[in-house]
Amino acid sequence: MQNTTSIIKAQSKNLDFFYSNGMQALKSVNMPLYENKITALIGPSGCGKSTFLRCFNRMHDLYPGNKYQGEIVMHPDNTNILEHGVDPIEVRMRISMVFQKPNPFPKSIYENVAYGLRVRGESNKRMLDDKVEEALKGAALWNEVKDRQQDLAFNLSGGQQQRLCIARALATDPEIMLFDEPTSALDPIATANIEELMSELKQKLTILVVTHNMQQAARVSDYTAYMYLGELMEYDDTNTIFTNPTRKETEDYITGKFG
Amino acid sequence: MQSEHISKQYDADLEAVRAKVLEMGSLVEQQMVDAMEALTKSNPTLAKSVIKKDSQVNALEVQIDEDCSRIIARRQPAASDLRMVLMMIKSITDLERIGDEAAKIARFALKSSESERKLTPRFVEIKAMANTARDMLHMALDAFARSDASKVVEIAHMDEEVDEQYQAAIRQLITFMLEDPRTISISLEVLFIAKAVERIGDHAKNISENVVYMVQGKDVRHISVEDMQSQIAE
Repeated sequence: MQNTTSIIKAQSKNLDFFYSNGMQALKSVNMPLYENKITALIGPSGCGKSTFLRCFNRMHDLYPGNKYQGEIVMHPDNTNILEHGVDPIEVRMRISMVFQKPNPFPKSIYENVAYGLRVRGESNKRMLDDKVEEALKGAALWNEVKDRQQDLAFNLSGGQQQRLCIARALATDPEIMLFDEPTSALDPIATANIEELMSELKQKLTILVVTHNMQQAARVSDYTAYMYLGELMEYDDTNTIFTNPTRKETEDYITGKFG
Repeated sequence: MQSEHISKQYDADLEAVRAKVLEMGSLVEQQMVDAMEALTKSNPTLAKSVIKKDSQVNALEVQIDEDCSRIIARRQPAASDLRMVLMMIKSITDLERIGDEAAKIARFALKSSESERKLTPRFVEIKAMANTARDMLHMALDAFARSDASKVVEIAHMDEEVDEQYQAAIRQLITFMLEDPRTISISLEVLFIAKAVERIGDHAKNISENVVYMVQGKDVRHISVEDMQSQIAE
C-alpha cells in the first residue's frame, strides 16, 4: 500500500523533554516524518503528543527552564533544530504551526497572511500581494475572501478563520506544517474542508498532526503514531494501525477499551 | 474478547451479534446432520423439516447483516473489532450457503423417499464424506467461539480429504454408469449430493480462514496448507 520510496523529511532521535518543574514529558522518542506524507499522533490526554509536536518549532523555548535532550534532524540539510546555535525564528519559518482554536491576529485578512513575510523583512507591495493571494489560494480561502481582504479577520466564520491561519502559516513557504487538533473547534463540514485541504497540502509539504479524533487520524494520515505516558508505543502505516496493530496498548486505545 | 470497551453498550452490541452468528452456526450444523439423516434413513418428515427451516437460516443471515452494518455506521469499529465484524459478515454468507446445500440434500432425500424405484443408491461413501465435512464445520464454529486460529491447518487437511473422497466418488459413479446405463439417472443424483457435501467442506474451510483473519489479522486464503501453517505460527 505504502510508497516504499518515501524520503525522511525530519526525524526525532532519542528525544527527551523535561518541563521546568522537572516532569519528563517525552521519553526517548525516535520517529521519522516522511516527506509529502501526513503523520498523525494519537494517544490519551497527557501522553505527550502535543509536547512532541511543539518541539518541532521550538515552542517550548518560550518558557524558561524547559529542557530538550536528543535531536530533531531535518533533511536534506541535516540540521538539528534543537541545537543551541539554531535560531528558533528561522525554524518556525521552515516549520509552521496551526493551532486548535483559530487564532487570527486582530488585523485584516490581508495583514494576517502578510505578517510572516513582513517579519522576514518583505515590504514590496507587489510581492506581498502575490504571496498573500498564493497562500489564500493554497488554503482554499481565496474565493471566499478575495473581495474583502481588508476586512477584519474576526469577521470570518470559525472554519474560515482556521483556513486563514493555515494561509498565514503557508505564506512563509514552510517545509513542514504542524497541526495541533486543527478541527476540534469546528463543525463537521468545516472539518471536512480542513481535512481535504491537508490532503492537498501534502503534495507540497510534510504534515504532522495531533488529533483526539481517531477517525480523523484514520481518514487523513499515511502514518500513525500512538503515544502513551511520553513514550512512542507504536508507529506504523495507518492501515496497519487501524486494522491490525502490533501492541495490545494500541489496540485497546483505538478500539475504545482504554480504561 | 480479552478486555472490555469503555462503552458497555458497544460490548453488548458486539456480543449480541456474535451470539447470533453462533446460533446461526449451530442451526446450520443441525440442518446438515438432519439432511444426511433424512437421506440415509429415507425419512421424508425430517427432510421436510430441513427444507422448512432453511428460511430461519436465511432470516438470521439478513438480521446479522443488518446488525453488522449498524455497528459499522454507529461505532466505526477498528482493529480486532473491525476484523470480527468483517469476519462475521463474510462467514454468514458461507453459513447461508451451507444451509442451502443442506436444503438441497433434503429435497433430494424427499424426492428419493417418494419415488418407487427399483434401484437404491449407495450412500456409504457419501456418508463418510459428510461426516468429515460436518466435523470441519463444527471445528470452524468452535474456533470462532474460542477465537482460536490454530484449527485452520487441521481443517484444511480435512478439506483435502473431502476433495479426495469426492474424486473417488465420481470415479466410482462413472464406473457404475458405464457398467449399467440404467444407473445413470440415480448416479447423477448421488453425484449432486456428493458435490453438495464437498461444497459444505469448502465453506467450512472459508469460515476457519476468516477466524484466522479475525484473531491474527492475517489473510490465509488461497495459499497452500504448508504456507498457512508457517503463517499462523509466526
